Amino acid sequence: MTSQEILFTYTLRLADNALVLGQRLSEWTGHGPFLEEDLALTNIALDTFGTATSLLEYAAKVEDKGRDADAIAYRRNEREFCNILLVEQANGDYAKTILRQVFVDAFNILLYTELSKSKDETLAGIAQKAIKEVTYHYRHTSSWVIRFGDGTEESHNKIQDALNELWRFTGEMFEMDEIEETLAKQGIAIDAKAFQAKWEKQIDELLTKATLKKPETVFMQTGGRKGLHTEHLGFMLSEMQTLPRMLPDAKW
Amino acid sequence: MSDSQGPIWEVFVQKKSGQPFVHCGSLHAFDKEMALQNARDLYTRRNEGMALWVVPSAAITASSPEDMGSFFEPANDKVYRHPTFYQIPDAIGHM
Repeated sequence: MTSQEILFTYTLRLADNALVLGQRLSEWTGHGPFLEEDLALTNIALDTFGTATSLLEYAAKVEDKGRDADAIAYRRNEREFCNILLVEQANGDYAKTILRQVFVDAFNILLYTELSKSKDETLAGIAQKAIKEVTYHYRHTSSWVIRFGDGTEESHNKIQDALNELWRFTGEMFEMDEIEETLAKQGIAIDAKAFQAKWEKQIDELLTKATLKKPETVFMQTGGRKGLHTEHLGFMLSEMQTLPRMLPDAKW
Repeated sequence: MSDSQGPIWEVFVQKKSGQPFVHCGSLHAFDKEMALQNARDLYTRRNEGMALWVVPSAAITASSPEDMGSFFEPANDKVYRHPTFYQIPDAIGHM
């Protein structure tokens, strides 16, 4: 792989995580539990799409093969997506969506803080803008996790179920393959392993406050970076990509 | 419906530091932390301001329309309360 291809792949991974998560969150539009929360979550979705757009545009530029951000977002099939499996999971109930989000938010704060020091100026700039957004996201989602966990019996059960189901997808966030190791050595990519302990400690404290119990040691699901996705991504993409594929020459 | 959404809070936005807080709407929330976050999400999407106050509606005491006459009309014909009879030298500028 050329260094250009390596940088493209890394940027695409970051972009796909934001793109798929943004799409999932926007599925809640109009369906939130009540008005204020509907707006809060869709605001988070918009922030996420904003980051995705910047990353996709940069990926298109780095790739330099004539694709624009739209082509990269809408004309790829499942196997070409390299997001982590956590973000493509079905939304489930609100507890599950919020719990998935808090895992990602806590990770993103660490990710973007480190990435803002990247030797790649564009990635650093994108990260700097994202830090303020994800700080707010985490504040919102973490307070909901505590409300659900330490709330009624029903809310506690729902979020404990969500935790039992989603925990197996959290390990993948910290994987580092050759591409990421190479870029990390050059000071361009972040070293996720270096802050994994910090993330675990923060989440442990949060889960304790929420009176929730992590599942026992479990096999961490993996495969996203290689394009090996769960059964959910295909359905989500067919909905997300239907319009551009139906009307490929449409311009606006 | 309002039982399951919490009490109503009134939201005030301050456009810029030093300026007055202006009422901009209301929302439902269960506690002050949630009220503040909801206010940020609902009322500051388009750069409306830099600071927020949220106040439980129950804490607000409002004048009633029946009182409007006795509260406010007497001030209408008391011109001498307005400081408009002074000559302000130009050098002072805006007062």
